Amino acid sequence: MRDSIVRLEKAAKAFATPEGHTVTALDAIDLDVSRNEFLTLLGPSGCGKTTLLQAISGFVELDAGRILIDGEDITDRPPYRRPVNTVFQNYALFPHMTVGENTAYALEVAGVAKAERTKRVADALRMVGLQGMEGRKPRQLSGGQQQRVALARAIIARPKLLLLDEPLSALDKNLRQAMQIELKTLQHELGISFIFVTHDQQEALTMSDRVAVLSGGRIQQLDTPRAIYDQPKNSFVATFVGASNLFEGEAIGGQLLTADGLSITHAKVQTTGTATALIRPEQFFIAQPDDAAPSLDVDLEQIVFVGSTFELFGRTAAGRRVIAEIPATRRNLVGEIEQSRRARLAYDPAAVHLIPAEAA
Amino acid sequence: MSSIALRRRAQLGLLLGPVSLFLAVFFLGPLAIMIVTSFLAPGLYGGVEWTWYPHNYGRILGFADPMFEDFDPVYIAIFLRSLKIAALTVIATLIVCYPAAFCISRLSERWKNFCLFLITLPFFTSLIVRLFIWVLILRQTGLVNSVLLNTGVIARPLELIYTDGAIILGMVYIFIPFMFMPVYASVEKLDWTLVRASLDLGAGPIRTFLRIILPLTAPGIAGGAVIVFIPALGNFVVPAILGGAKVMMLGNLIEQQFLAARNWPFGSALAMMVMAVMLVLLFVYVIVSGRRGIDAATGR
Repeated sequence: MRDSIVRLEKAAKAFATPEGHTVTALDAIDLDVSRNEFLTLLGPSGCGKTTLLQAISGFVELDAGRILIDGEDITDRPPYRRPVNTVFQNYALFPHMTVGENTAYALEVAGVAKAERTKRVADALRMVGLQGMEGRKPRQLSGGQQQRVALARAIIARPKLLLLDEPLSALDKNLRQAMQIELKTLQHELGISFIFVTHDQQEALTMSDRVAVLSGGRIQQLDTPRAIYDQPKNSFVATFVGASNLFEGEAIGGQLLTADGLSITHAKVQTTGTATALIRPEQFFIAQPDDAAPSLDVDLEQIVFVGSTFELFGRTAAGRRVIAEIPATRRNLVGEIEQSRRARLAYDPAAVHLIPAEAA
Repeated sequence: MSSIALRRRAQLGLLLGPVSLFLAVFFLGPLAIMIVTSFLAPGLYGGVEWTWYPHNYGRILGFADPMFEDFDPVYIAIFLRSLKIAALTVIATLIVCYPAAFCISRLSERWKNFCLFLITLPFFTSLIVRLFIWVLILRQTGLVNSVLLNTGVIARPLELIYTDGAIILGMVYIFIPFMFMPVYASVEKLDWTLVRASLDLGAGPIRTFLRIILPLTAPGIAGGAVIVFIPALGNFVVPAILGGAKVMMLGNLIEQQFLAARNWPFGSALAMMVMAVMLVLLFVYVIVSGRRGIDAATGR
C-alpha cells in the first residue's frame, strides 16, 4: 500500500438545476492519491471533475462521505483551514497587488516575517522562471507569465497538495506544451502531490503518473496513462481517450463475430460471450497481397495528411466506419490505395484489446 | 502633426464645443462675478460698492476691519458643523449602501434591474414634498411621537425634529441613490474568483474582506463619497426644512446673506470658502485615485 496523502471516501454531491432536476456531480467516489503523485482528473465538461477538485479545496460541501488529507479528516473545514492550494483556471491574480505581493500572500496571511517572506518569494519566482519580477503588476505580464505567478503563489506555502483547475487551457498550443513539461518537472522538484483537472486527453497522458477518467460523477477508470490508453476498462474510456475503432460482438475462441458479419481475430482465446474489441487506428497497417495477418477490407472515403501520419477514413462493406493511421514513411503504399480507393487494413491480433460486456 | 491627427482634434473640439460654451457662459461667468464681488464692500442698502475690501474673508477667518465688521467665530463653527454633518452623511449612506450593493449584485438579472429601479424611484417625486413628509413623521405631534406616546413607551414627546440628527436623517434619505450607484458599479464587477483565491491561500473571511474586497471596491466608495459629500456640504433645503431656525448650515448661511441680509460680498466670500474646501478635497481625491490609475496602467 502506497503512502496516501489524500483520501476520498464515498464522496457524494448532487446539484439541483434551475429546471428542478437533480444532477449527480459526484456519485460516491473513492479515491486515493499518493504522496508525490501527479494525478489527472480527465473527463468531458459536466463529468464532475471540477466539483471533485472544489470538494477537496473546500468550495463545495459534500452531501455525504469524507475527505482526509494526510490522515486528517478535513471534510468540515473551510477552504482557508485546509493544507491545500489551488491554481485557478483564469489565474485569479490580485490586480491591486504586485507580483511579489501576490506571491507572498499565503505567507503574509500565515504571519511569516518579512525578511523570510522576501527570500521565499524570490525562491518561488526563480522556480517558475520569473526572477526579479516582484515589482510588476499582473496586467503587465503575458498570459504565460501570469500562469507562472499563479503557480508560484500556490506553491509558496508548501501545501501538502496542489490542485490545478485546467490551468493551461487559456494558453496557446506551443506554450501549453512547454508548460506541461515544466509543471511535471516542478512537481518532481517540490515533492508535492498534484491533482490536475483537464478535458484534454493528450495533456492527461503526457503529464500524469495516474489518470482518473470521470463520467457521470463516477471514476470510470483509474490507471497509468499507458493502461488507460492500451487497456481501457469500458467503451467510454476507449472513445474518450484517443481515437478508437470499436467492434461489439460474440467472442468465441479467439474470434469476435459482429452483427454485421465481421470477424475480428484477437489473442485472448479463452474469452467467451458478448464483448467489445478495440483496435487503435495506429495498429492498422496496409496489408500486402501475401500477408497472413487478419485484416478488414474497406472502401476509403478520405485520406488526410497530418504530417507524421496519414489518416484513412474508410467504411466496411456493411457501412461501419473505420479509422486507420498509417505512418508517413509508408507514402508509396498510400499512393497505391489512393488510386484504387480500397484498402485491406491488417492488424496484429495481440494488439486487439477486448472489453468484456459487463464493463462496456 | 499629420492631417489625420489634426482632423481628429478638430472633431474632438466640435464634440466638446456645446458643453464648453455652456459652461463658459453659465458657470465660469457667474463664478467670476462671485470672485470679484467677494472682494468688494457691501453697499449700505444692498448691492456693492466698488472698493477693495478683503474683510469679507476677515469676518470668517479672523482679520476683520474693526471699524465696520467683527470677526465672529460662529462662521467657523458653522463651517465645522457642516463638514461634520456632510461627513456623517457620507458614512451613514455608505453603511446603508455597501451591504445592499453586495446583496443586489448577487441577485438574478431580473431582480437586479427591479432593485435598481426601486432605488431611482424617489427621483419621481418632488424633493420638497419628500422632505415635508419627514416633518410629518418627526414633529412633536408626528407619527413617531404619537405611536410612542400612545403605546406608553414615552411620557412626553421626544425632540426629534430640528436637530443635527434630523438633518443627517434627511440627508441620508436624499443622498442614498448617489452613494449607491458608484458603490454598486464597483461591487458588481468584483471578480469572486479573487475572493476564492484569497480563501484558498489561507486568508479568513475578515482578512479577505480587508485585503481583497475592500481595496477592489474602494474606487466606488471614494466616488460615492465625493458625490455625496459635496452636495451635502452646501445643501440648504434639508437644514431649512428639518433643521428649522435652530441648526444652521453653510447653505442656509449663504442664502441668508444674499436674500435676508442683502450682503452680497459676504455671501460671495462664504461661497468661495466652501468652494475652496471642496477644491482641496477634490484635489486630494484626484491625487489618490490618480496614483491608483497610474499604478494600474504602468504597474509602478
